[in-house]
Amino acid sequence: MRAQMHTTILAGAAVLGAAALMAPQVAGAADFSGKTITWTIPFGAGGGSSAWARFYVPHLSKALPGNPNIVVKNIPGGGSTKGANLWATRAKPTGLEILGTSGSTQFPYLLGDRRVKYEYKDWHVVMGTPTGGVVYVSPKLGLKGPQDLKKLRGKSLKYAAQRATSLDLVPLLSLEMMGLPVKAVFGMKSRGAGRLAFERGEVSIDYQTSSAYIKRVVPLVKAGKAVPLWTWGTFDAKGNLQRDPTFPELPHWAEAYEMMHGKKPKGPAFAAWKSFVAAGFGMQKMVFLPKGTSKDIIDTWRKAAAKAVSAPDFAKEAEKRLGKYEQVTGQAAVEGLKTAITVSPKAKAWVRNWLTKKYKVKF
Amino acid sequence: MLEAVISALHQLATLEYLTFLVAGVAMGLAVGIFPGLGGIAGMSILLPFLYGMDPVSALALLIGLVAVIPTSDTFTSVLMGIPGSSASQATVLDGFPLAKKGQAARALAAAFSASLYGGLIGALVLTLFILVARPVILLFGTAELFMLAVLGLSMVGVLAGQSLAKGVGACGLGLLLGAIGAAPATGEYRMNFGINYLVDGIPLVVVGLAIFAVPEIIDLLRRERAIAQQDTRLGAGWLQGVKDMWANIGLATRCAGIGCLVGALPGLGGSVVDWIAYGHVVQTSKDRESFGKGDIRGVLAPESANNAKEGGGLIPTILFGIPGSGSMAVFLGGLLLIGIDTGINMVEADLDKTYVIIWSLALANVIGAGACLLLSKPVAKLTTLPYVYLAPFMIMVITFAAFQATRSWGDMLALFAIGTFAVYMKRFGWPRPPLLIGFVLADPAETNLYQAVQFYDGWNWFWRPGVLIIFAITVVSIYFGTRFAVKTTPSGGGEEGKAKTLRPQIAFTGVILVLFLFGLFDSLRRDFLGQVFPLTTAVVMLGFVLYALWIKIKGQVDHPIAYDAEVDYELRGRPEAVSAEHYLLWLAGLLALTYLVGFVLAMAAFFVLFLRVKGRAKPFIIAVLTAAAVGFLALMSHLLVLNFPAGLLQAAVDMPWPLD
Repeated sequence: MRAQMHTTILAGAAVLGAAALMAPQVAGAADFSGKTITWTIPFGAGGGSSAWARFYVPHLSKALPGNPNIVVKNIPGGGSTKGANLWATRAKPTGLEILGTSGSTQFPYLLGDRRVKYEYKDWHVVMGTPTGGVVYVSPKLGLKGPQDLKKLRGKSLKYAAQRATSLDLVPLLSLEMMGLPVKAVFGMKSRGAGRLAFERGEVSIDYQTSSAYIKRVVPLVKAGKAVPLWTWGTFDAKGNLQRDPTFPELPHWAEAYEMMHGKKPKGPAFAAWKSFVAAGFGMQKMVFLPKGTSKDIIDTWRKAAAKAVSAPDFAKEAEKRLGKYEQVTGQAAVEGLKTAITVSPKAKAWVRNWLTKKYKVKF
Repeated sequence: MLEAVISALHQLATLEYLTFLVAGVAMGLAVGIFPGLGGIAGMSILLPFLYGMDPVSALALLIGLVAVIPTSDTFTSVLMGIPGSSASQATVLDGFPLAKKGQAARALAAAFSASLYGGLIGALVLTLFILVARPVILLFGTAELFMLAVLGLSMVGVLAGQSLAKGVGACGLGLLLGAIGAAPATGEYRMNFGINYLVDGIPLVVVGLAIFAVPEIIDLLRRERAIAQQDTRLGAGWLQGVKDMWANIGLATRCAGIGCLVGALPGLGGSVVDWIAYGHVVQTSKDRESFGKGDIRGVLAPESANNAKEGGGLIPTILFGIPGSGSMAVFLGGLLLIGIDTGINMVEADLDKTYVIIWSLALANVIGAGACLLLSKPVAKLTTLPYVYLAPFMIMVITFAAFQATRSWGDMLALFAIGTFAVYMKRFGWPRPPLLIGFVLADPAETNLYQAVQFYDGWNWFWRPGVLIIFAITVVSIYFGTRFAVKTTPSGGGEEGKAKTLRPQIAFTGVILVLFLFGLFDSLRRDFLGQVFPLTTAVVMLGFVLYALWIKIKGQVDHPIAYDAEVDYELRGRPEAVSAEHYLLWLAGLLALTYLVGFVLAMAAFFVLFLRVKGRAKPFIIAVLTAAAVGFLALMSHLLVLNFPAGLLQAAVDMPWPLD
């Protein structure tokens, strides 16, 4: 391996004629040449998080000093709490063990689920991938677009959900706050299964995250079989809700609320809504280093992530695979994480209370 | 469509494509031959290499791998009585008895030619069906899927064996076992004792291996000789198997059709396909007394269905992006990686890609089945080896495969606990297939029923035309299952299996009673929607079990319910055979050792001790076999990025790979 590094340096020196350029990498930061990095994904090998990680593997490997080999290790179970718990207790702070989380890892943490034995505040975030979501309905309800939102009133809506405490919490809460009585039917194995129920005509309202929406629902919209209504929106630097850049033609949820009720949403319910949308979508997927990792290694990783996402071929490929969202790195990722895991005690209590009252969830 | 056909043929018929397809098949054969690993592990090994590969070659590799697994998994099902994957569980029922009769090569040849034929029929059906599949699949809502689950459960009647009460009871145990973990409607944790492992329920791989493999391994060890009972010319049946297939071509065609259709329905799970096919052949046969004792039709039916199933499973994966099975989920992940977008485009602009996939599947089937056919003669010789040499490998492979399911200690403990239970089920004549059917269908039945009731506001769903049609098929199926039942002498009636003392089995039935009572009490603590399914199961089953208990307490030794296989040992003049409990203790010892020194070291120690004490092997042979075992584990740990269970030793000292 040492020989390999030498050749790299020599080749670099020969081509660039400036060996000094290589020096900081060799001396200062961590070097991973010849190492294997294990990336724990607490979901099954076929899922979205796994695809996200495998998309990132070559880009990160290329950007890390020493171009280490990165392998993805799937540990599914307990709605991702199992893999995250295991990693939290076992990962050593060598920079060779990283964890990829998703909104489904965050929600149980925020809600105080008993299964959660991990603490986000112990970890060091490397980067984050935001996403969005689009709510759409069946044209049978008589709506042609967001302008007809008021027609939703008084309609009996059914929604196919996984669980009340999964990411489905956001759409259920949104409809509840809008004053739309929705019957949640639980036990869907995935969001995809929920969409299938929509296509079969068993439910009349559904939502998908951005990439799934683009791939699976847009064709339905074109065929006149689905009508998009609103997105969850994204937050600007000050935490204000903005339209989703991937779907600028659709109102975000707070706009939709205003269109229905003539006033903006507010109060503890809206505060809770914002917290959970930020947590679930703002930084939907994140990469972490374990507790106790040295500053050198953290910096090396953060630099590599920034380098990876600014590589020339990255943006185009990422847009195709992950949607049109800016990948969050560096200080922005640290801030993003803060937003994602900060829910005021009031908001948390409000949601827990609502879940218990409405869906009999026991905490 | 014609353009797509031509374009697809062009893409297929290149040397590069075919080379990668063959490479994929070779990988699939290597992985599929180990029981319990199956498609998911194979695909997971492959995925990291796919990124950056040329999409066409990557696709060929992927398909080669996924196509051949339901073919190669037949080896252990037939030769060892260990289901190679959930797709060939039913193959064990008749395949393994054939191997015991020394007809392993015949059974394998029949299975592979059926696989080949089923795969081809599947591809043929798919080529046309894919064009109209979307609306057809959308016709199957939750209500229809529930009714299909009921149809699957009705197969229990056929598979119950000598005593319907025991068959239904076993099925009920499966339903209860399948209800462990989060309730679909409410998310409450049922029967999990506060253990996190049970929150997601017990994995199918673990249950399948525990139910079939553990009792067979122990039984074979007790018999102290090779699997094949007569030392016949193993190769002789090779051609016979192909002829058997040809003689039953109508059956194979029907089963391939069943496989294709059931495989295409998302939400039912491909794991029931082989059982439905098996049930079908038993129901439609006039002479059925030989089923379960080595009837070649019992091999042909599931094997022709399970290869067609993979093709069927492609439909929801390709058209809706919803995988029908675990391996299809990983396949979908692979498609995503190589940049193939699934969806409605696959029957429109990208129809040629779809045809490339479907026909590659068929082609890979031909290559894979051909290779297996050639291998079947030499591999069948394994059945003539002294079993005591094979057993440690089998034990290693099943514990490894079980552990691979969720990579936790719980997997191994569940394997041991359910395996021990299954040993007694076998001894006291409680049929094991119904338990597995109940287990597989517990979740689809409960989830779809609850959802149908919600979606269609009450019981209106029953009157949907699709539901009524499937209901009618179920009624006919039950009718055929019972109407033509052959009145064979129940095994308790003759000398064979007539129990001397009923005390052990009264105790075992008591255990089953307690399990149902536990299910009953646990369900009472749940919300209405969370309790209704396990509660109903437990109450109905308590009736059947109490009946069985009553017969035994009355002391009716002649009744089929009072069967006890231990008598066979005495009858065959081997009352001195080592008890099953003796070998269960060996397994418990392995677990304890794993807890102390970790899996790899414990396995090595187990090999040395077992081969020395039970096999009386020479030191050289012990060394070679143990090294082979550790080498296998190291290779798997590397390929699958898998850490084996660590013991107290590893917690105290840092150990080098692969001992860590």
